[in-house]
Amino acid sequence: MTIIERTEHTGPQISRRTLLGTAGGLSFAVAFGAKGLLLLSDAEAKSAAHVIGAWVRIQPDNSITIITPAAEMGQGSMTGVPAALAEELDADWSTVTLEMAPAEPAIYGYGGPGRKSMGIYGSRAVMRYFNQMRVAGAQVRKVLLAGAAAHWRVDPKDLTTEPSVIVHAASRRRMTYGEAAAVTTVPATLPGIEKSELKKKSQFRIIGKSVPRRDIPEKIDGSARYSIDVHLPGMVYASTLHAPVQLAQPVRWNDAKVRAMKGVIDIVKLEQGVAVVADTFEHVLAARDTLEVEWTKTAAAQGFDSEAALNAAYPAMAESRNTDVRTVGSKGNADTAFSGAAKVYKANFKSDYGYHAQMEPLNGVARFNAAGDQVEIWEGTQAPGRSRQRIAQALGLKTSQVIHHQHYLGGGFGRRSITDYSIEAALIARAIKRPVKMIWTREEDLAFGMFRPQSFQCVEAALDGGGKIAGWRHCVVGDGGRLVYSGIKIDKYYRIPNQHIEQRGASHGIRLKHWRAVAHPFNIFAIEGLVDEMAAKERLDPFEFRRQRMAMTSKAKRVFDTVEKMSDWRRKRPKGRALGLSVSERSGSLGAGVVQISLDRKSGKIHVHKVWVAVDGGTIVQPDMARANIESGVVYGLSSVLKERATIKGGAVEQSNFHDYEVLRMSEAPEEIHVTFLDRDTRPTGIGEIGNPFIAAAVANAFFALTGKRLYHMPFTPDRVLEVLKA
Amino acid sequence: MDDVWKGVPMVAFILNGKRVSVNAEPDTPLLWAIREHLRLTGTKYGCGAGLCGACTVHVDGKAVKSCQTALSDAAHTSVTTIEGLSSNASHPLQKAWVAEQVPQCGYCQSGQIMKAAELLRQTPNPSRDQIVAHMNGNICRCGTYTRIVAAIQRAAKEG
Repeated sequence: MTIIERTEHTGPQISRRTLLGTAGGLSFAVAFGAKGLLLLSDAEAKSAAHVIGAWVRIQPDNSITIITPAAEMGQGSMTGVPAALAEELDADWSTVTLEMAPAEPAIYGYGGPGRKSMGIYGSRAVMRYFNQMRVAGAQVRKVLLAGAAAHWRVDPKDLTTEPSVIVHAASRRRMTYGEAAAVTTVPATLPGIEKSELKKKSQFRIIGKSVPRRDIPEKIDGSARYSIDVHLPGMVYASTLHAPVQLAQPVRWNDAKVRAMKGVIDIVKLEQGVAVVADTFEHVLAARDTLEVEWTKTAAAQGFDSEAALNAAYPAMAESRNTDVRTVGSKGNADTAFSGAAKVYKANFKSDYGYHAQMEPLNGVARFNAAGDQVEIWEGTQAPGRSRQRIAQALGLKTSQVIHHQHYLGGGFGRRSITDYSIEAALIARAIKRPVKMIWTREEDLAFGMFRPQSFQCVEAALDGGGKIAGWRHCVVGDGGRLVYSGIKIDKYYRIPNQHIEQRGASHGIRLKHWRAVAHPFNIFAIEGLVDEMAAKERLDPFEFRRQRMAMTSKAKRVFDTVEKMSDWRRKRPKGRALGLSVSERSGSLGAGVVQISLDRKSGKIHVHKVWVAVDGGTIVQPDMARANIESGVVYGLSSVLKERATIKGGAVEQSNFHDYEVLRMSEAPEEIHVTFLDRDTRPTGIGEIGNPFIAAAVANAFFALTGKRLYHMPFTPDRVLEVLKA
Repeated sequence: MDDVWKGVPMVAFILNGKRVSVNAEPDTPLLWAIREHLRLTGTKYGCGAGLCGACTVHVDGKAVKSCQTALSDAAHTSVTTIEGLSSNASHPLQKAWVAEQVPQCGYCQSGQIMKAAELLRQTPNPSRDQIVAHMNGNICRCGTYTRIVAAIQRAAKEG
C-alpha cells in the first residue's frame, strides 16, 4: 500500500497537507480535511504524483510541484527560495507549481537538527534556505538520473539533463522527468551531494535571472487569500478591545448593555482585553464602540510618558554613573584612545517609537472540533512552526492538536513573527464553541502595537595626531535589549582599533518588537550622522573622509566606490538640491546609499527626489525581486525618517490611525530609486532589510549639505525641521 | 414586496454586473457588505476611516472608499470591485501591474488598481504629477509607489 498525497491543488495560500512522518528521506504526505486520509492502491499510485523527498512531487505529465517553506509577506521568497531548488533539479520552471509548506519545521525548517525553524525574519529566507534548497534539488535530480540509468541500463555518468528532461547523448535517448519518476525507485535515504556536484554560477539558468513572482497574478485580481479573507461555515466575528495602557487587565465592563445590542453573541474576557463576538462584523464594531471597560491600574506602563523619558530621563541615564550598563562591544582600549586624543567629536541623537503599520490589520480565524481537542488556525505568520507551538501552549494542547493554515501576509515587517493575534482568535473560538474570525481594528492594531523602541544615543570619536579615528564610543539608551542595540557595531564597515559600545536599559512596560532591520536604522543614523559631521569639520569630502580616516573594510570600500559612481557624487546639483551619504549593514549584506533632497523652507518639509543604493548581498538569487526589496526598504525607512512617530502619554499610545500616525504616501516617495548589486559569487546574504538602515543619516547629511544645519532627532517632521532652521 | 421582508432591510444593487441584495442595516459600510455578506474579499480593510484606500471600489464608475460608503448609498447603483474589473485579469492596468512586478505583500493593490482605473478612464494619458495627485490617497506600506507610477504609465501607453 502506498500512501500518497492527493489533494486538489488550491494554490500556495492554503495547504491542507500535514505530514504524518518521514522514513529516511521519503515523506508520506496525506490529504487532510473534509476528505480524510487518502490511501491509494499501488495501481492508483502509479498514475499519481511521485514524491521524492520532502520537497518535490513529480507528476506523470512532467509537471513538478515544489514545496515552498517561506512565509510570503511581499518579499518574494515564496518564489525565490524554491527557485534555488529548481535550479539544481534542472527543472523546467514553467511547469513548476509551488505549494506552501505545512508548519512542520522539523521537515521544512532551516538550521541544524533540533533547532530547525521556519521563521522568516531578519532577511533570512533566501539566505538561510539557499544551500539546503540547492542540495534538495540536486538530490532529486540524482535520484531521477539513477532511475533513468537503471531503466536504460547505462552508466548514470553518461546522462545529462536539460530542463526537466534526461538525455543519454550516446544513444540519443531522452526521457522526461515525469517518465523517469515513473520508473524510479526512490531510495530510503536520498543520496548525498558533494559541493562539486552543484552547478557553477556560469551554469545557472534561474538563479541570477529574474523569474516572475508566483504570487503576483493572484494579487492583481483579488484572488490572493489572506487570513482576513477566510470564510468558514457557521463562522461568527470578533474583535478585541485592549486597555489603552498596554498590558492592563479588564476588571469589569458594561456587559448587559453590550449583550443587548443587535447581533451580539458573546463577550469574552481575555487576559489583556475584552473581545466582543457578533453575527456580523458591523455588529462587532458597533458593540466594540459601546464597550466601556474598567481596567486595572497596576500595569508597568501606567503613567509612562515617552517624551519625558526621551528628553530628560534618557540623557541623564547616558551621563549617570549609577545606570546599569551592558557592554555590547569592546576593542582595544577606548579610554586610552580618548585620553590621548588630538581631537574629540561628540554628538547626541534621538529617535521615536515606530509602529509596523502592516496594511492588513492583525487577524486570525479559528475553529475547534466538537470534542474540543483539536483547533484549526488560519493566519498569516512569519514563523509558522513557532506560532503553532505557541498556540498549542496557550490552549494547553499538544502541537499536533493544532492544524495550521498559512496565508499570504498583508505585510509583516517583524510584527507577524509573534502570534498574539491568532492566540486570541483561538481562545475566543474555544470560549464560544464556534468558528470565529477575529479582526483587530486599525486602532487596536496601533494601540496594542509592539513598537520599535525609542532611543537616545551619545556617540564620540577620538582622532589621533594624524586625524585618523582611533577611538569610538557609542552609548544607546532605551528599552528592549537587542531591539535597541542591533546595528550599533561598526566593524563590518569601519575598523576602528579602540571601541567601547554599550546599552543602558530602560523598562517601560510597552510592548516592543523587531521592526524592519530592528535597531539598525536609528543606530546607523547616529553613527553616520557623526561621521558626516566630522568630515565637514575636518573639511573633507564625505567619501574621502571615510577612506582616509575611518579604516574602511574592503567590502565597504567597494560599495562606497560603487555608489559614488552611481550618484555621480561630484557633479554639481541644481540649486536647492543636495546629496547625503550613509551606509547600511544588515544580515551579512552591506550597502551604501546616497539621497538627493530638497527642502520647502516655509513648511519644513523635506523631499527625497532620488536615491542610489549599492549593495553587496552575495549571490543575488532573483535580481528584480531583490531590487524591489531595496526599493521597499528605502520607502519604509524614509517613511519612518520623515513622518512616523508614536508617542505614549499616561501609559497610552496617543496615535490611533493613519491620520495621526502618518506613513509615506506616493507624493512623498522618491521619484527615482537606483539599485546596483555588486557582482559576487559568495553566498546570498539578507536583502529584505538592507534598504532602510542608511536612509536616516543620508537624509540628515543631505540636509546639512543644503542648510548647514544638523538634524539629531528622527523623524524629521516639519515642525522639528523648522525649529532646527530657526536655531 | 412581500410581508415576509417587512423590517428586514434589504439593499439591492448591481455588483460586477450581477444583481445582488444584502440583508444588513443601511448604515453598514459597503466594505463589509462586499467582503463578508457577499464574500468578495479582493476589496480590503485597511483603516476603516477613509485614510488608506485599500477598500477602493467603483460606484457608478467613480472610485470610492467603501469603508466610508453606507450600504444604503449603494442602493440601485452599479458597484465594481477588483474581481469585476476585467475578465481574466485582462485590464491594461492588471497586465501592466504584472509587467512591472508591482505587488509585494499585495494587500493594498486591489485598491490601487481600482483607483488607477478611474484615472485612466478620466485621463487616458496622465502626466506623472496627475498620477501622483490622483493616487495619493492610497497607501502602500511595502513602498511600491515607483512601480505603481511606472505601471500606470505603461498601461496608458500600451492600453
